[in-house]
This record gives sequence, C-alpha cells and structure tokens, in this order.
Amino acid sequence: MPHDVKNSEGTRPSTPGVIPFDESRRRVEAGLARRYRQERRFRLVGLGAVILGLSFLAFLFVTIVGNGYGAFWQTYIKLDITFDAAVIDPDGGRKPADLSSANYGRLIRNALLDIFPDANNRKDRRALKALVSTGAAFDLRGRVMADPGLIGSTRPIWLLADDKIDMLFKGQIDRSVERESGRLKGRQLAWVDKLIASGRMEKHFNTRFFTAGDSREPELAGIWGATKGSFFMLLVTILLAFPMGVAAAIYLEEFAPRNRWIDIIEININNLAAVPSIIFGLLGLAVFINYMGLPRSTPLVGGLVLTLMTLPVIIIAGRAALKSVPPSVRAAALGIGASRVQMIMHHVLPLAMPGMLTGAIIGMARALGESAPLLMIGMIAFIVEVPGTPLDPSTALPVQIFLWADSPERAFVERTSAAIMVLLMFLLLMNVTAVWLRNRFERRW
Amino acid sequence: METPVRNKDLQIAQDTVTPVSPESKPDISISLDDERDSDKQTFGDIRATDPVITVRDCNVYYGDTHALKNIDLDIGRSEVVALIGPSGCGKSTFLRCLNRMNDTIESARVSGQFSLDGEDIYARDADVVLLRSRIGMVFQKPNPFPKSIYENVAYGPRIHGLAASRAEMDDIVYGSLERAGLLDEVRDRLDDRGTGLSGGQQQRLCIARTIAVNPEVILMDEPCSALDPLATAKVEDLIEELSHNYAIAIVTHSMHQAARVSRRTAYFHLGRLIEVDATDKIFTNPGHRLTEDYVTGRFG
Repeated sequence: MPHDVKNSEGTRPSTPGVIPFDESRRRVEAGLARRYRQERRFRLVGLGAVILGLSFLAFLFVTIVGNGYGAFWQTYIKLDITFDAAVIDPDGGRKPADLSSANYGRLIRNALLDIFPDANNRKDRRALKALVSTGAAFDLRGRVMADPGLIGSTRPIWLLADDKIDMLFKGQIDRSVERESGRLKGRQLAWVDKLIASGRMEKHFNTRFFTAGDSREPELAGIWGATKGSFFMLLVTILLAFPMGVAAAIYLEEFAPRNRWIDIIEININNLAAVPSIIFGLLGLAVFINYMGLPRSTPLVGGLVLTLMTLPVIIIAGRAALKSVPPSVRAAALGIGASRVQMIMHHVLPLAMPGMLTGAIIGMARALGESAPLLMIGMIAFIVEVPGTPLDPSTALPVQIFLWADSPERAFVERTSAAIMVLLMFLLLMNVTAVWLRNRFERRW
Repeated sequence: METPVRNKDLQIAQDTVTPVSPESKPDISISLDDERDSDKQTFGDIRATDPVITVRDCNVYYGDTHALKNIDLDIGRSEVVALIGPSGCGKSTFLRCLNRMNDTIESARVSGQFSLDGEDIYARDADVVLLRSRIGMVFQKPNPFPKSIYENVAYGPRIHGLAASRAEMDDIVYGSLERAGLLDEVRDRLDDRGTGLSGGQQQRLCIARTIAVNPEVILMDEPCSALDPLATAKVEDLIEELSHNYAIAIVTHSMHQAARVSRRTAYFHLGRLIEVDATDKIFTNPGHRLTEDYVTGRFG
C-alpha cells in the first residue's frame, strides 16, 4: 500500500480505520513520556509503601526494646549477713525443719541496721526493711538449707532489692516528684544514695526473669511459668492438629468424590480459618470444660482449643501442598502398579510434606500468639507455680503479657515489654524455621 | 511436515483390503462424524496372530465429546504396533484405555470389551493393580521418581513382592538396568537421584523401571518426543531389542519412527481407526485415502 497517498487529514481514504505509519509513530512517541512518568510514580508508591511498613515495624521494635531492655537487669543490694545461730538454729541441731522455719528476715534487718544504725523507731525500721525484697529472706533460707555450714559466719550477700528501689536505681522514677508525693518514704531516698555511694547497690543480670513463675512482686516475677504453659499447649496442639490436618487434607484432596457435599465441607473449612479466635474459646469452655469436665486453666484444654483453631489452616495448607505435586509423579506411580494409597503415601506425601510443615509452623506461630480463646477457658488466672505437666493449671505467654500490662506496679511496665520481646523472638524463630524448611525442601523433583 | 518413505505414486490395491463399497472413496473434505457405513469399516486387518490384548468396540467419551469411536484392534504377543495419526485423534486415549489409566480422568467414560490373555480388563472384580503390573507404561515426558536410581527400579518389584531378598532385588535391578541399556552409565552412582540424569537416560530409567516388574505388554506414549536425536536412536534400539520379549504398543507422531521400529501400524483419525496393516504396506501402499493423505504429508 502506498504511503504517500493521503488526503488532507492525513489518512488513506481507501482503507478506513488504518492509521498511517508516521502518524501512529507520532502518537506513540507523544504518549511515551506520560507512560514513563506513570511507571516511575508507581514504583515510588510501591517503595513508599514498603518504607512505611518497615518504619512502623522499626517503630514497634524500638519502642518495645527501649521499654523492655531494662527488665533484663535487676538491682541487688550487698549486705553483710551474719548467719546468727541464735536466730536460725537456737537448738543447735541443724534440723531441716528448724532451718526452714527460721526467721531469716531478722538477719536481713540486723544487717541493714548495721549500716544505718540511726533507724531506731518502728516506722524507720519498717522503711529500712522495705528496701529489700520480700523474697530475699527465701533466698537466704535457700542458701542455708543448701549449706548449713554458713551458720555462724558473716558473709557479704547480694540480696534482691525491692521493685521501687529497682525503679529508682534505674532512673525510672523522677526524684523530685518522689520526694513530694511518692511511695518511697522520706529517708529511703537518702539511704539509697548512701548505698550507691558505698558501692553496695549494683545491677546484675536478671536470671530470675527466666526461671521464676508469676508473682505479685515485680522483682520476683518471671515468665518461666507462662513459657512452660505455652510450650505444653503448643505440644498438645501439634500432636493433635498435625496428624488430623494432614489426614483430612489427604482425604479431601485425593479420595473425596467431587460433589456438592464436599464443596460444602470445603467452604466451611475455609470459613473456619477466618473465625474470630474467641469463639473457639467459647466452644472450648462449653464442650471441654463444661461437658467433658476437663480441668480448667490447663494447657491441655488450651491445646485442644488451639487445635480447633489451627486445624483449618493446616488443612488448607496441606491441600495446596498436595495439589502442587505434579501429576506426572502420580501417573508414574499408578502406571507401575501402585495402589491409590501406596501412590499417596510413598510418592505424593513425601513431596508435599515440606509445604505441609510450613503451613503447620505458620499455624503454630499464630496459635502461640493467641490470647482471646485462652481467656475463656481460664488460662488468665494468677498462677505462681510453674506447671509440671499439661494437666497442671498454668497461663500462657500472651496472657501473661496481658496480666502484667494491667498491673499497677511501675516495674511491671518494663517487664511487660521484656515478655513481649521474648514472645516476638519465639515467633520470629518459628517463622524463620518455616522459611528455612520451605527453601531447603523446595523443588526436590 | 515429514515426507513419506516412498514416492508419491500410489495405487489403491483392491485385492487386499475389504471396504464395503470400494468405489465410494472417502473424501477428505467430509467430516468423519457423518455416520456413513463406508467410513466405519477399518481398512487392513485388525487381527493379529497370537494376540495378547484384544479390543472390540471401544468407545471413549470425555464428558460429551466422543473421543474414540468403535475401535477394534488386536495387539500381538511379540510385536511392536505403532499408533499414528494427527494430533487429537485419540491414539493416546486408546493407549490409556489398555492399562486403565483413563480411570484417573474424572470425565472419561470407557466402554467396550478389552481382554488381556482372554481376561476382561474392565470386569467389575478386575484388579487394576494387578493389571498394571502386567501392562507397563512409559510416558511422553520422562518421569522418574524423585528417589535414587536403585529405588526407582526397585519400587515396582518391591510393592508387588517380586523379590524375596536383597540379593534377588539386586538381580532384578541390575538386570533391568542392563536390559534398558543404562547399567554401564549408572553402575557407579545407583544412589544418585534419578532426576539428575539427562533426558535420554531418564527415559531409559523409566523403561528399566517398567520392565523390572516383568510385564507382558509395554505401552509407550510418544517416548522420544522430548529427547534429542542421539537419545532417540538409543531408545529406538532398545525398543527393537525389547520387542523380542514384550508386546509393545507405541504412540508416535513421527512416521519415520513408526517405520523404523514397528511391524504393524494403526492409523487413527478423529477418533476412528482408519487402517491397520503391516508397516511397509501402510507407508508404501495405504488402502484408505485418509491414510494416504497422512503418510504423504498432505494432511496432519
């Protein structure tokens, strides 16, 4: 077709709808600048979204770590304790019953009076004793029970300071306000300053945070009870949810006939994955505790409730993993004379297992962070003893955080953040494991 | 399109074929969905001496689509039958009927009489697992199991209980690999993954896996279409050797391959079996006009 045959509008009169080459090229070039601009804008928007998300994440981490970092150090006071036999073991028989019921608080009081002899009225003496934690007496008892040879000697012992002193030492309490209207009694500030000046107050690493159960006293409180409770719960969950979920996924994907009923089941399972978790808590309360009579507040019931919650997630991930196994593997197995079950167990399942494991771990990570269903079944109680079995009452990490966040003591603020840090670390670990598993086993065929 | 083996001067041999009305030569422009008697008759001889598989009146539907129409065919005991035809003509479907792999396809409905050594394959109480141990299949794209080479070959005998001891299993595995022409190449790496081999080696591994269970028939669905010419030549030599012991039905797109390896050839067209005869005759002197058009490259 000739290019030069044009009428006044520049179009070929004989072929309507066809734009001449130079006209179409001109139009394309005219639009190019705008298209590139749009592209740049879109990329900037995407980058901006990522930066915004990351900055929220950074803000979250910085706030939490900033708040909780202090909780990993605990203030101790060094006192020269005289293990006076007259107080501890008046009979001299060193009988364990006597030793365990002795008044170790008196030893502490005596040591404090040695340093501050002018605290001679009752009010002052009570204030002096309040410098040290109520748990310090039990510390001393533990030492003497372990080593009765201490009786009669004088040793410098680092004792746990009270939580208000701890907060003062860490600078969390504004001294000027405290002097006027704080709960620290007037002379305590002076005493604390003197202890600091004489090198008797130090911060040591707070191992008690990781080894103790919950407590009303912040300096004695730890997350070990909650951690063990969470661990038992996750154990119950994974032992129940994973086999059931895998079996259900295999049945639905491989054996179930494709009819209306199976569609209904599939829709319901997908919906269950999105049901608010507190409803599972209500279900657990009604069925497991009321109807079946299982013990309240135990990781067993918590695990059962979380199983119900995690099951749909595992089933969905399992089905996706099974679907992703290429049909060539199935055809090869069937062609060689394997039965349906053999094909699935020997060939399909091993190839789908990494995907199933990843889904399971992600489901577990979600279950670890759940608190609403556990509130319903009673894992919100204040429980001091660390659980020994899944049948002992306990609490869970997220619930512990919730309880501490509610507590009035100042020292619980940093402990709450520290517990959040521990929980986040566990979640991070689980997700990293899931990603590592997925990468390691991907594309093995 | 490929050129045929001989030149284009072909004569319709009236004395060897048995059409109903020889003068009504079917026209290529008429769709075969017209139910004309002359179109239904298969040219050539569907029967084989000493058949191991006999098929009568095979019809396959995929949903509403009538994929295979009234197929009758025999497969002889020690011969290679090539199934040729243009894409979509139903040859792979037919092959899958023989070892009941169409059972795995939801929408497929198979009817007809299929017998293996006289026993009905599709009987109600027929055992599909047993059937597939007697009729093996090699697929178009090599699909070794994602296991070691040894395990690939040993899996079949293991699940069918063919080996009583490790020594017997070793014999089976080594023997199968040897007969598949692969042993020398993989002897020192039997524990390596089967998927790490080259394409041709993988396909020979699949063949070794198939013959390890000692089938009577081997079905091959375009086994060389994903292989390079060197690997193809090796596999074709292998097929020739295997034909002494097994009945082989091979679907192939390449008429050259059919001419090279098979003794009988069956030409499928749009779901019908148009002509079955000795390979030489199909390629030099085809009876049906459609066969002639296909082998001369005018169609397909």
